Amino acid sequence: MTVEPRDITRSPSGDTGAYLSVNDLRVHFPTGDGIVKAVDGLSFSISRGQTLGIVGESGSGKSVTSQAILGLHKGSKARISGEIWLGDQELVGMTEEEIRGLRGDQMAMIFQDPLSSLHPFYTVGRQITEAYRVHNSVGKSAARKRAVEMLDLVGIPNPDKRFDDYPHQFSGGMRQRAMIAMALVCDPKLLIADEPTTALDVTVQAQILELMKELQREFNSAIILITHDLGVVAEACDSVVVMYGGQCVETGTVNDIFYHAQMPYTWGLLGSMPRMDRDRRERLQPIPGQPPSLIQVPKGCVFNPRCVYQDHVPGDLCKTDHPQLLMTQRGNEGGLLPHQVRCHIRESERERIWTEQISPTL
Amino acid sequence: MTRYVLRRLLGAVLVIFVVSVVTFAIFQLGPALSNTSPVYYYIGKIPFPAGSVQLKLIEHRFGFDQPLWQQYWTWLRGILFGRKLDDGSTFVNCHAPCLGYSFRLNTPVTSLVKQALPVSLSLAAGAAILWLVGGVTVGVISALHPRSVFDRAGMTMALAAVSLPIFFTGPILILVFVYQLKWLPNISYVPITQDPAQWFRSMILPWIALSFLFAALYARLTRASMMETMGEDYIRTARAKGLPRRKVTLRHGLRAALTPIVTIFGIDVGTLIGTTVITETVFNLRGLGYLSVQSIHTQDLPVIMGVTIIAAIALVVANLVVDILYAFVDPRVSYG
Repeated sequence: MTVEPRDITRSPSGDTGAYLSVNDLRVHFPTGDGIVKAVDGLSFSISRGQTLGIVGESGSGKSVTSQAILGLHKGSKARISGEIWLGDQELVGMTEEEIRGLRGDQMAMIFQDPLSSLHPFYTVGRQITEAYRVHNSVGKSAARKRAVEMLDLVGIPNPDKRFDDYPHQFSGGMRQRAMIAMALVCDPKLLIADEPTTALDVTVQAQILELMKELQREFNSAIILITHDLGVVAEACDSVVVMYGGQCVETGTVNDIFYHAQMPYTWGLLGSMPRMDRDRRERLQPIPGQPPSLIQVPKGCVFNPRCVYQDHVPGDLCKTDHPQLLMTQRGNEGGLLPHQVRCHIRESERERIWTEQISPTL
Repeated sequence: MTRYVLRRLLGAVLVIFVVSVVTFAIFQLGPALSNTSPVYYYIGKIPFPAGSVQLKLIEHRFGFDQPLWQQYWTWLRGILFGRKLDDGSTFVNCHAPCLGYSFRLNTPVTSLVKQALPVSLSLAAGAAILWLVGGVTVGVISALHPRSVFDRAGMTMALAAVSLPIFFTGPILILVFVYQLKWLPNISYVPITQDPAQWFRSMILPWIALSFLFAALYARLTRASMMETMGEDYIRTARAKGLPRRKVTLRHGLRAALTPIVTIFGIDVGTLIGTTVITETVFNLRGLGYLSVQSIHTQDLPVIMGVTIIAAIALVVANLVVDILYAFVDPRVSYG
């Protein structure tokens, strides 16, 4: 395993405007079959008021990354290295007790399935006040007032009555709203949403995304949106990290990724996205093959077993050499997250393939 | 909620009725199959030769010449309203609930049960508290530290406890704590109303012996349930909120893990009333289990029927309590 040069380096005091900065994060799980490299050398930054999308297939390391930021792997067997800076605090080296004080307070998380993520035996209101009272020493009635306020803010009608309802008495969309209320009750500066709309139907999805945007404007929080839905990314994000096999394969602004994508995996993702404005007789283009094993990560480029563009690279480079994540000519347009690509194909060639072969089919 | 409780109560009454019919029917089978006069099962001997007029007369006095449903009704009415018992020479006024009359012991069954029931209840209740606390504690610690030394030791102990019969552990406990260490006096049951301290001392060893077995089962059960719960999404949410570990484990984890255990607990305690024969025998406790074994030995049919129906009622009531409790424990259970 080679240590890659960091493309974004930043000292905690460096004034880049980043609120969260992840540097060369690695999360490895030792198992009976070998070491699962769930996240292997991931770096990105995000400032307050911004939304970053992390996209990739199931098992690409998206959720593991978000849980590593919250320190939820502490106490498990996971081996974590690298740095995570939240403001001027480094999280990887923190003890469970130290990071516990930040969880829910400085950074909060919304989970995918709001029904299984809420405790079935406690009222929604109680679960929200609990989150508030861990970090604020206030009385019951003050906490209740705050929770009702939050339920109102996320658009739950009759919040004072619904406070005493149990999660199973809420609809799917309402549960996710309640989850958001719970996550935001302490005004966190960083909000991580792990596939917040996957379990919801489409009309509710749009409402939830809109709600998150509104709340972001109000609280000026940084949002990390983890999803496999490029439609959600296009709608809600400023910048994007594309993950594959535990690694970052392309980063950039939404503009970079949707209009100047340069990595074959990103092309595949874009090609497999259903579009309303396309002829229905046209087939979606799936990416052939299976996601890689995270124990036996492919040699060379992690995407090479599924990549159909290897003939654009001389020799066996794709199978032997691990490509580095390099900044493109478009460069630093993205501010904190410049357009970077992990691919052996020459940049001019990638641009040509994009404009001639990929872009017209999208 | 009131409607729910009422419906459950009605259901319980129905079940008890069915149980009483079955109990009555089963115990008519004995005389019918062995082709012996039921008189034998009531007074322990056949005083006159079979088919003789005198025997017929006795059978008539007992009502055995009446159709079965009428005999059942007499028996049930006795339980509900009391009845007059007539053995031919004397009359006994048996007040409700009249479970019948033991001619062997010359005592109404109800007063036999009244003596035995507090013993059985003391035994079951004390043991239940012990095993619930012990078993759940061991189970939770094991679940939180799987494959640790504590977990392995605890689960090995549990296996041993399940394998060791009470007629082995019981005498060992007596030998060690009464005869060797002399920590406890060699006494038999003292009613709690008479002397609570002595009652406690007389019950502590039986409790330990009986709870040992159940604690082992509950430790394994809790461990499995707790491990499953701690993997649930809402535990992750609780941690993500920044709750301290203790709160995550107890308030969110254990709270949910205990729910299935409550169900089994109620049924176990209910079953114990009247079935702790071995523990009662080993520790010389005159509970319902002891009473039932004695009455089976002497073929004292009215007592057997009485104990059976009481044990059945205990189980039905325990189930009812669990059902109602469950509605409080799990808000998803509808009362409708």
